[in-house]
Amino acid sequence: MDEDKLDNLLVGDMEKEDVPILKPILYTSKKFYMLVFILVVIILIGVLAWIFQLRRGLGITGLNQPIFWGIYITNFVFFIGISHAGTLISAILRLARAEWRRAITRSAEVITVLVLFFGVFNIVTDLGRPERMFKVFTDGKLSSPLLWDVVSIGIYLIASAIYLYLPLLPDIALMRDKIKNKTKRSFYKIFALNWRGTEKQWKILERAISIMAIVVIPIAVSVHTVVSYVFAMTIQPMWHSTIFGPYFVTGAIFSGIAALILAMYFIRRSYHLEDYLKPIHFNNLGLLLLIMSLLWFYFTFTENLTAFYGADPAHLTVFWAKFTGGYAPYFWTMVTCCLIIPLIILSNRRTRTVTGTMIASVSVIIGMWLERFTIVLPTLINPRLPYVRGMYHPTWIEFAVTAACFATFILLYILFTKFFPIISIWEVKEGKKIGVKETEERIKSYLPGKE
Amino acid sequence: MPRWGMVIDLDKCTACQACVVACKAENNIPFSSPKEAGRRRIISWMSILSMMEGEYPNLRARFIPRPCMHCDNPPCVKVCPVGATYKNDEGLIAQVYTQCIGCRYCTNNCPYTLKYFNWFTPKWPKEMENYLNPDVSIRNKGVVEKCTFCHHRLQKAREKARVENRELKEGDYVPACVQTCPTEAIYFGDLDNSKSTVAQLARSPRAFRLLEELGTEPKVYYLSEGEWHG
Repeated sequence: MDEDKLDNLLVGDMEKEDVPILKPILYTSKKFYMLVFILVVIILIGVLAWIFQLRRGLGITGLNQPIFWGIYITNFVFFIGISHAGTLISAILRLARAEWRRAITRSAEVITVLVLFFGVFNIVTDLGRPERMFKVFTDGKLSSPLLWDVVSIGIYLIASAIYLYLPLLPDIALMRDKIKNKTKRSFYKIFALNWRGTEKQWKILERAISIMAIVVIPIAVSVHTVVSYVFAMTIQPMWHSTIFGPYFVTGAIFSGIAALILAMYFIRRSYHLEDYLKPIHFNNLGLLLLIMSLLWFYFTFTENLTAFYGADPAHLTVFWAKFTGGYAPYFWTMVTCCLIIPLIILSNRRTRTVTGTMIASVSVIIGMWLERFTIVLPTLINPRLPYVRGMYHPTWIEFAVTAACFATFILLYILFTKFFPIISIWEVKEGKKIGVKETEERIKSYLPGKE
Repeated sequence: MPRWGMVIDLDKCTACQACVVACKAENNIPFSSPKEAGRRRIISWMSILSMMEGEYPNLRARFIPRPCMHCDNPPCVKVCPVGATYKNDEGLIAQVYTQCIGCRYCTNNCPYTLKYFNWFTPKWPKEMENYLNPDVSIRNKGVVEKCTFCHHRLQKAREKARVENRELKEGDYVPACVQTCPTEAIYFGDLDNSKSTVAQLARSPRAFRLLEELGTEPKVYYLSEGEWHG
């Protein structure tokens, strides 16, 4: 579809540069519907599996005694980890005044808000009595780390939803003013909250955004720390570890950046936003990913060396299960995916391209899921007393529900891009108008000589 | 208030598993199929842990019957998000089936792996349905259950004592496993009463508890085997 036709859908004059960002909202291709269809099929299979599980009981999963937790809890930790993509990265970049953030913050923040639901959903799926889940609100006991999770994730969900919504306001107002279609306009009118773009409104908005950017950081850090506490507060070998808090937060940011790069890669490709999401963005995020990869390795190394050298038999059993035993294939795939592949691709400027960082991100996503898996399973399978040991064999139910989680997340994400600009229009514009000058002045202020 | 505890003399135990069967019959524990048993889904509040120690030819087999340890410092209780498992005044660890949401956090934090989960709706062969114990509620799918030291027997004994207008005495009540044991290897009573058999046996130099180093303070004591065991 050419741009003249798109102009017909808009009221008045539109700045040429904004049109590509609005294109996904104004026009939907056949490929998009195809993708939605495939996703819906995957979701339906998952829903079927879930209904089956609700009716029969958790017995139709691969769980058993003593493997009480499996893929669902792995997914829970994984999805909550991915949620660190958005809010945390975007808040840090905003506070650090990293100018290159402008085109990427929105796509990051959406990941956070959406993916949190799937973290929560996986906990609910894992419950033997999901219909009683509201008891955590009515009869919650604060002595349980699970309740710390409920509180922390609840606050995080609210805070990151606000943090997504605030910078969205001016863009929604823009849509309200520019789109011809009447029903669509009234939709945006509701969400625009009477935004007129007056000087006073801008002042309030900018203040609110910067306050939220500060507030969400400790909340985000607390969320994944508390997730790690679910394991660390127990007395089980290799769960009961003081390093778990920072280790999980690092892993969360690590997998979060990878998820963000992936999302950006597909937005850029399918909506032809090459001019906005440039190789430099991927390069910078790639460097961040590289740093996180090394940091993740440092934690993994410390954690395992401590267990090995201390040589407590209970810990050693879990350690060997990971290094040479039944979980070795997963463990070493994890090391390859989280360290070796990203290190090779990202430490070289020639391979740190758009495609290169995408490949590294896919690798990190797979690796970090396996990391959560190899934290949950080997410990459960090797309890302190000598039982008959076995392996955990998940059933198709668990795989179908997991696939449906991913599919629903992708579906909601691409639907978001159909209703709201996935690149912040006003922030990019602000970058051009103010950012360039501001940065120049800032650099000058670093240098010797009077201002 | 008595502090109920148990002493199991491993010297007397023949690993006949009568306690296991008695417990299942007493507490309405559902039958398991060979298929589910192979998948390690058996519920058995009393179970015998068999351990092989040493290497051939110097082997030694050990059999340790394990009910819930009813820890004084129970790791399972503090992690429960809804208070479905708690320690009562007499030190018994109770599980409220109607409150349990089935998150299985307690099962994971039990270092002895002695809490059990209902993977399916419980089933009995038709002929067995008439033999269910009316004093013990049946647990539905999706909740955690465990040994209660036959708490329903304690309630009955207490009621009886009240009718007879007297204090509850030791010996008014014992769990089904204790009652059944053919070699009388299991003792039960008040650990706080220094004259009781269990309190005296618990002070024996042969006495030990499982994973004592974790500080869970179990109320189940074991008397270790003598040297003649090969």
